[in-house]
Amino acid sequence: MKFVLHAPLLAATALLGVTVTAAQAETTLNALFMAQAAYSEDDIRSMTSAYEAAHPDVKVNLEFVPYEGLHDKTVLSMGAGGGYDVVLFDVIWPAEYAQNNVLLDVSDRITNEMKSGVLPGAWTTVTYENKNYGMPWILDTKYLFYNKAMLKKAGISTPPATWAELKADAQKIKDAGIVKYPIAWSWSQAEAAVCDYTTLLSAYGGDFIKDGKPDFQNGGGLEALKYMVDSYNDGLTNPNSKEFLEEDVRNVFQNGDAAFALNWTYMYNLANDPKDSKVAGDVGVVPAPGVEGISDASAVNGSMGLGITTTSKHPDAAWDYITYMTSQKVQNAYSKLSLPIWKSSYTDPEVTKGQEELIAAAQTGLAVMYPRPMTPHYQEMSMALQQGIQEALLGTASPKDALQEAADNSGL
Amino acid sequence: MSTERLPLRVWLLMLPLLIVMLTVIGWPLIDTIRLSFSDARLVGTGGHFVGLHNFTKMLSNSYFHSAFFTTLKFSLWSVTLELVIGVLVALLLNQKFHGRTLLRALLILPWALPTVVNATLWRLIYNPEYGALNAALTQLGFLDSYRSWLGEPGTALTALIVADVWKNFPLVALIALAALQAIPNDIRAAAISDGANVWRRFRHVTLPYLLGPLMVALVLRTIEAFKVFDLIWIMTRGGPANSTRSLSILVYQEAFAFQRAGSGASLALMITLMITVLAVAYLFIMRRLAGEGR
Repeated sequence: MKFVLHAPLLAATALLGVTVTAAQAETTLNALFMAQAAYSEDDIRSMTSAYEAAHPDVKVNLEFVPYEGLHDKTVLSMGAGGGYDVVLFDVIWPAEYAQNNVLLDVSDRITNEMKSGVLPGAWTTVTYENKNYGMPWILDTKYLFYNKAMLKKAGISTPPATWAELKADAQKIKDAGIVKYPIAWSWSQAEAAVCDYTTLLSAYGGDFIKDGKPDFQNGGGLEALKYMVDSYNDGLTNPNSKEFLEEDVRNVFQNGDAAFALNWTYMYNLANDPKDSKVAGDVGVVPAPGVEGISDASAVNGSMGLGITTTSKHPDAAWDYITYMTSQKVQNAYSKLSLPIWKSSYTDPEVTKGQEELIAAAQTGLAVMYPRPMTPHYQEMSMALQQGIQEALLGTASPKDALQEAADNSGL
Repeated sequence: MSTERLPLRVWLLMLPLLIVMLTVIGWPLIDTIRLSFSDARLVGTGGHFVGLHNFTKMLSNSYFHSAFFTTLKFSLWSVTLELVIGVLVALLLNQKFHGRTLLRALLILPWALPTVVNATLWRLIYNPEYGALNAALTQLGFLDSYRSWLGEPGTALTALIVADVWKNFPLVALIALAALQAIPNDIRAAAISDGANVWRRFRHVTLPYLLGPLMVALVLRTIEAFKVFDLIWIMTRGGPANSTRSLSILVYQEAFAFQRAGSGASLALMITLMITVLAVAYLFIMRRLAGEGR
């Protein structure tokens, strides 16, 4: 009852607040973000309010979409003559965005301080053909999460360092009856499946493209899919993985229904939060494993950057906002769901405190981040690959045939 | 009035509306037709004229074929089930019983839900780990273990059809119910006194009154089902392995994800054409039915 009475009042206050800021603001920036993994919507809102408080003449309108809608929404708005000033973009899009003139080249705006302070791996996120199309913001890769209690119960003392060990450990856990399906992945027909596949491909030393032609159907790329299919057929992988996205993986893992899971940085602190998670305190994280004789660890570059659209009427204000959002101060303050792009942050107690394990995993993982191909045809290739991965999992095609078909349909 | 030419004054009065309609419907349609003959990209240049290339490419594409059959299967099943369930429910709600008004009001609920909400709800119901459907079926003993309804090509499309039927049968039921209430009671009474059984009464008294309105429902539902996008996009995004990719999803991917506005437009035109053919066929049947008289 109390809530009912207060709701209209609150709404009125909120409205009033908006009008007041709007009256003062001289510049309005429209920014497009995602509400999925990495920084939460709340984090982004509070970072932005702090920016607005320090810049009373600027108002930032925030819009959040799921990752799946980010690319299409950006491109659509460009097709319709613009609308956003600042957009979040994934590491796989700069090639296509550059070709279609979606983002401003900001190479000249980047200072020497930024150049030397930011991790080199982060810069690859925003760079295409030696031009920078924004600032890296979310430095992320997929880590191997494990349930410490379950491993201990199965008599496993150290988390797996190779993919073969992961399989063996998962088998032990399954045999001991600790959990029915030990590993959870995000293999839904979406980009998430390609991220898991890329992690494995990099571990097996595969290539997406060689001499301008698709090469993932051979060598390491084929081994990667074979590994996925084997673990699926052996009952080590949760069969529902083929309809999971990242949040489903998190749910299964923090509900204690998986011993291992591949997921982004953000899961570490969420799965360790006793309010939400049944496995809080038991969550361990290591870099995704390697393959004996080929790699020590594996990682997909899943980073994202902030860029200015070519249709923006306020590129300077937009850049100022981006510099603030990507600044070391802000990133250090919000480092629980996404780790900073700045080198020195990784030794800063403000960042490392309470998440030493994650930082240790990040230092190995971020250094071996493997890129998905930089090609203007990325979307097409990715969708062909998603279909191939799912066909192989469903058993309607062998991994070899499925990848060959994906290569033929990749548009490359 | 009907055969006379409309006076100028009428045309003048309609002019503002005509201009609005031409700009918001006519112009995009013409532009889509122009695009469909070009290799235009979504962002950037207008593209070059490529003749019928987009159409031949699409028609020979195996993606297009499988999407066409997926759409056809989806539409046939969901519209048929919606009609059957809709009519049965309408017959039930036309009876006099306690709580009828409440049930009639409740009936509108699924239909009043936005498709996005409906799709999200059903995705939760079908959740392979914690979904209500799995829980219900295992507790009732129909299933040994939880299943991945949206993750298997065999069940994903069926699951989508069920979600669509649940949302849309109320529309058919409402239309049918309105028609049923228009049937004069004395005809029914006469049929009863003539000794007609339940089936004969339905076939010869009720059905003739229902046919016209049902045709309207059929046309509406077929067109909607053929264009299905949001339900599938939210529940499976066309997966697993593209087994639930409908024509509209194909258009979306072609035009927006791959940014090939030209071939996307050609696909969209082909869908429009198919729907037009369906609509005309239905209209033809309706005319015939009306012509036969009751």
